[in-house]
Amino acid sequence: MKYLTEFRNGEIAQRMAREITAIATRPWKIMEVCGGQTHSIIKNGIDQMLPAGIEMIHGPGCPVCVTPLELIDKALAIAAQPGVIFCSFGDMLRVPGTDADLFQIKGAGGDVRVVYSPLDAVELAAKNPGKQVVFFGVGFETTAPANAMSVHVAKRRGLKNFSLLVSHVLVPPAISAILESPGNQVQAFLLAGHVCSVMGYWEYPPLAARYKVPLVVTGFEPLDLLDGIRRAVIQLEAGHHEVENAYERIVTFEGNRSAQRLLAEVFEVTDRAWRGIGVIPKSGWRLSDPYREFDAEERFQISGIHTQESALCRAGDVLRGAIKPAECAAFGKECTPRHPLGATMVSSEGACAAYFNYGRFLSAEELAGAGSALTGAAHG
Amino acid sequence: MGEDVKASLPVPASATPDFSNWSCPLPLVGYPSIVMGHGGGGKLGNELVEHLFLPAFRNAALENLGDAAVLNLPSGRLAISTDSFVVQPLFFPGGSIGELAVNGTVNDLAVSGAMPKYLSASFILEEGFPLAQLAAIVEAMAKAAATAGVQIVTGDTKVVERGHGDGCYINTAGIGVLREGIEVGPHRAQPGDAILVSGTIGDHGMAIMSVREGLEFESQIRSDCAALNGMIGAVLDAAGAAVHTMRDPTRGGLASTLNEIAQSSGVGINLSEARLPVRNEVQSACELLGLDPVYVANEGKAVFFVAPEAADLVLKTLRAHPLGRDAAVIGHATAEHKGMLVARTAMGANRVIAQQIGEQLPRIC
Repeated sequence: MKYLTEFRNGEIAQRMAREITAIATRPWKIMEVCGGQTHSIIKNGIDQMLPAGIEMIHGPGCPVCVTPLELIDKALAIAAQPGVIFCSFGDMLRVPGTDADLFQIKGAGGDVRVVYSPLDAVELAAKNPGKQVVFFGVGFETTAPANAMSVHVAKRRGLKNFSLLVSHVLVPPAISAILESPGNQVQAFLLAGHVCSVMGYWEYPPLAARYKVPLVVTGFEPLDLLDGIRRAVIQLEAGHHEVENAYERIVTFEGNRSAQRLLAEVFEVTDRAWRGIGVIPKSGWRLSDPYREFDAEERFQISGIHTQESALCRAGDVLRGAIKPAECAAFGKECTPRHPLGATMVSSEGACAAYFNYGRFLSAEELAGAGSALTGAAHG
Repeated sequence: MGEDVKASLPVPASATPDFSNWSCPLPLVGYPSIVMGHGGGGKLGNELVEHLFLPAFRNAALENLGDAAVLNLPSGRLAISTDSFVVQPLFFPGGSIGELAVNGTVNDLAVSGAMPKYLSASFILEEGFPLAQLAAIVEAMAKAAATAGVQIVTGDTKVVERGHGDGCYINTAGIGVLREGIEVGPHRAQPGDAILVSGTIGDHGMAIMSVREGLEFESQIRSDCAALNGMIGAVLDAAGAAVHTMRDPTRGGLASTLNEIAQSSGVGINLSEARLPVRNEVQSACELLGLDPVYVANEGKAVFFVAPEAADLVLKTLRAHPLGRDAAVIGHATAEHKGMLVARTAMGANRVIAQQIGEQLPRIC
């Protein structure tokens, strides 16, 4: 586990947290963009280690969570069709559509399969020429290269029975939208390290300059996150607004150029609806003209679906960072990972699921009580 | 004859067993694979019993081939348990469905404080299932039973049409004799109890995942599948009534087992993440797949809740046993936050480890 355990050292983490406390003279609100970062923060209790004034606001960077309900309903309609093998990452199976989820479609006889790579779905298409194989390609820039590669390979192999149900979204337009939204409170961002491993961070200096916000490319391990937060606080205290890279072992300024070339060939920029947020102009990718024939929406022409959001679910406010998950009235009551009302309670990167799974429904006293009891654990 | 048959059956050592040198000791009327008739109760079925099951499992109770095995048991309390096995793939690094089917039931009896004695074995086979694979599974069961010191005394075989099964499903049931003076159960954990685990967690689940289609890892993670009755016997001999609760954390992993105990006993559980024994390769594979080892299945591990003053003795006893070398004290039960499992993270913060929703990894046993 080299390059991982080194970044989980509790003593160094405590030291870094003390350093942040020493630097911070005022309260600051910092948003971590990526859902993976949210989970790491909650799982490791990073937010509990920070000084009281430093508040982490959880961003919209959970691809499953921001996928519009209408597209999920379309996925369910396609997956239920005979002759279709519907492939998805595991997360998507439990996301509730208006009337069902993919597990229920599978239980009712739909051929729904979990794959670990979209290229596995391409293989399935090659092996099952009599079936239509559809891959549900959602995600940010991180998952886009593999999805792009799947249609690229399918085209090269002349596969007529593979298609992509695609809903890609992009980080920079989302950051702009958050900063321009009325009542925005976010003063600095931790940029999503894995998005930047693909895209580099050359897109971000204009954002930092225009909105005068510090942007820090940040990783996912506890020390990565603390370093990202530390650098953001140093900039905020000094009134700077630079793009900094706190994830140098993975991310370069240019990013992965060959992946970017493939993305530019396979995808084109489009307006996208973000679940709970609304349409953000030029905030996503769709298949470009040469690859349009692989678009599942074009191939299946699903119409007449009825889409209705839960009236109780406040996932949109959570995704915008306007409320914390536990502030939603349905949290832990009508809405649990077992009976999720919205995607943020389902996905492994969803903020509500993170809060629920790691016990953030407990009062501070209850958790503190557990802590003091733990300190007394001296066996072994 | 029995010994010769055993010697000629290969036991697969890896996930891709080699059956090229296998030959049926007495030809099963020329069928290399299971046909519907093998489950029909007629001549073909009898041949399976006589040429395969009987030589492998041979014992006095089984040899009568009656409708039921007749057993002599000491007076006292008996424990009975049953489990079905649908693991896919059937052969994996460190074992097969055969070892699982024997050890799974043996372990359920052992953690209940019983000494496992007798097992039944029922097979549901799919038409077309290769006899060579069935023979390897049966041989694995025979070896596992011998190691655990139990006898397979009765059984049954059914065959389903091709496409209606997945090769081979096995059900085993077991009978054990409870030890005198031992009262253990998931409801008996007490505040203050020390919690021990007998070794590294997550090995079995990740071994299965590592050979699932499309997920082949380069390094081999082996299943920990093993019979725990010997090790548990040593702990009970040493610590006796100081042992309050024992469980084998199979499906759902350590987290599910501890949550169940917390709820059954009405205690809270404090866990120290830093003390959880996890193999490097298991941790790495979990990172890769986004899994948490506390939720991943084990098939050769036991969890003990013991009176605090007995913790050192139990730890020493476990570590002296070949199956308990990596044993560790991982936390303790408390009167606070009842019914919940709270882990101290390496960062020094606390997090709740909740019960798993649904299955993290399907068909692992």
